[in-house]
Amino acid sequence: MSRFVLPLAGFIALAVVLAIGIKHAPEKGAIPSVLIGKPAPAFTLPVLSEGGRMVSSRDLRGRWYVLNVWGTWCATCREEHAFLLEIQRSGQIPVIGLDWKDDDAQARSYLQQLGNPYEIVAVDREGRTAIDYGVAAAPESFLVNPQGVIVFKCIGALTPEVWQREFAPRLPRTASKS
Amino acid sequence: MRAHRQVWCLRGALTLLVALAIGAAGVHAVDSVELPDPVLQARYLALTHELRCMQCQNEAIADSPVGLAADMRRQVREMLLAGKSDDDVRNYMVARYGEFILFRPRFSLRNAWLWLAPLLLLMIGVAVAIRIVRQRSALVSQDDAPIEEEGGAP
Repeated sequence: MSRFVLPLAGFIALAVVLAIGIKHAPEKGAIPSVLIGKPAPAFTLPVLSEGGRMVSSRDLRGRWYVLNVWGTWCATCREEHAFLLEIQRSGQIPVIGLDWKDDDAQARSYLQQLGNPYEIVAVDREGRTAIDYGVAAAPESFLVNPQGVIVFKCIGALTPEVWQREFAPRLPRTASKS
Repeated sequence: MRAHRQVWCLRGALTLLVALAIGAAGVHAVDSVELPDPVLQARYLALTHELRCMQCQNEAIADSPVGLAADMRRQVREMLLAGKSDDDVRNYMVARYGEFILFRPRFSLRNAWLWLAPLLLLMIGVAVAIRIVRQRSALVSQDDAPIEEEGGAP
């Protein structure tokens, strides 16, 4: 009987190690962001439909915000749009748009037709800022704190479920007042 | 007459295969412009084959047709023209996308487990196998021993 103990123990140990690995594996190829806990990468980009006006990441310091990466060419962004409008209407937190590799005229008409959830839209025409943020596809949303640190990154559409599970718990209660 | 038809079928198949091979080689030329310096161009090709396209995760940015891959290739090109090293380029991408962006993860303390665990498991497996074989051959030589050694009821 005793000669089964060691192999059995080894098997259980291996099963436990593999189970832990599987449980912590990123779901379906979504890679967790390496930028979480790091300062949001700096950018200075033109504002959509405001002539020569520029917006920089530094302008956003001092409050919580969601940076939402989107484009008119992105179908999933359309699905997410209604919830972004809800966030904007609730006044809970500003949503900043990063219009990725898009056409200004199409972006303007898209927001006119579907509603504009963004306090401001930064235009990343060349995609350099998106690369700085480790963006792999649209939509992606970053939760940034008043110190300018990325606290969470949502890969894929921002839904009420993701909001409740990941964004709301990370926000201080007082943020819902602003 | 039948043999004749078979030969032509074979020729047709071979021609198609060659045509496909030539066509496939063309698919890899995603960039229309090369870097002026052949050394830089060689480094550029090597690096863009090392970096994963994060949208189509099994393709290298060298081969992927998507916009993100083109943007990343542009970044590599600009860094090489600015005199950055290969490691500078890798570090730049890893800082933004994580180690996963490299097809070959670099050996570090964190990755050590990734590289060593399979080796360790293999060694354990071999040790166990050796032990079982030894036990079996010990049993075999026991069977060969004279029966009088066994006594009474088990």
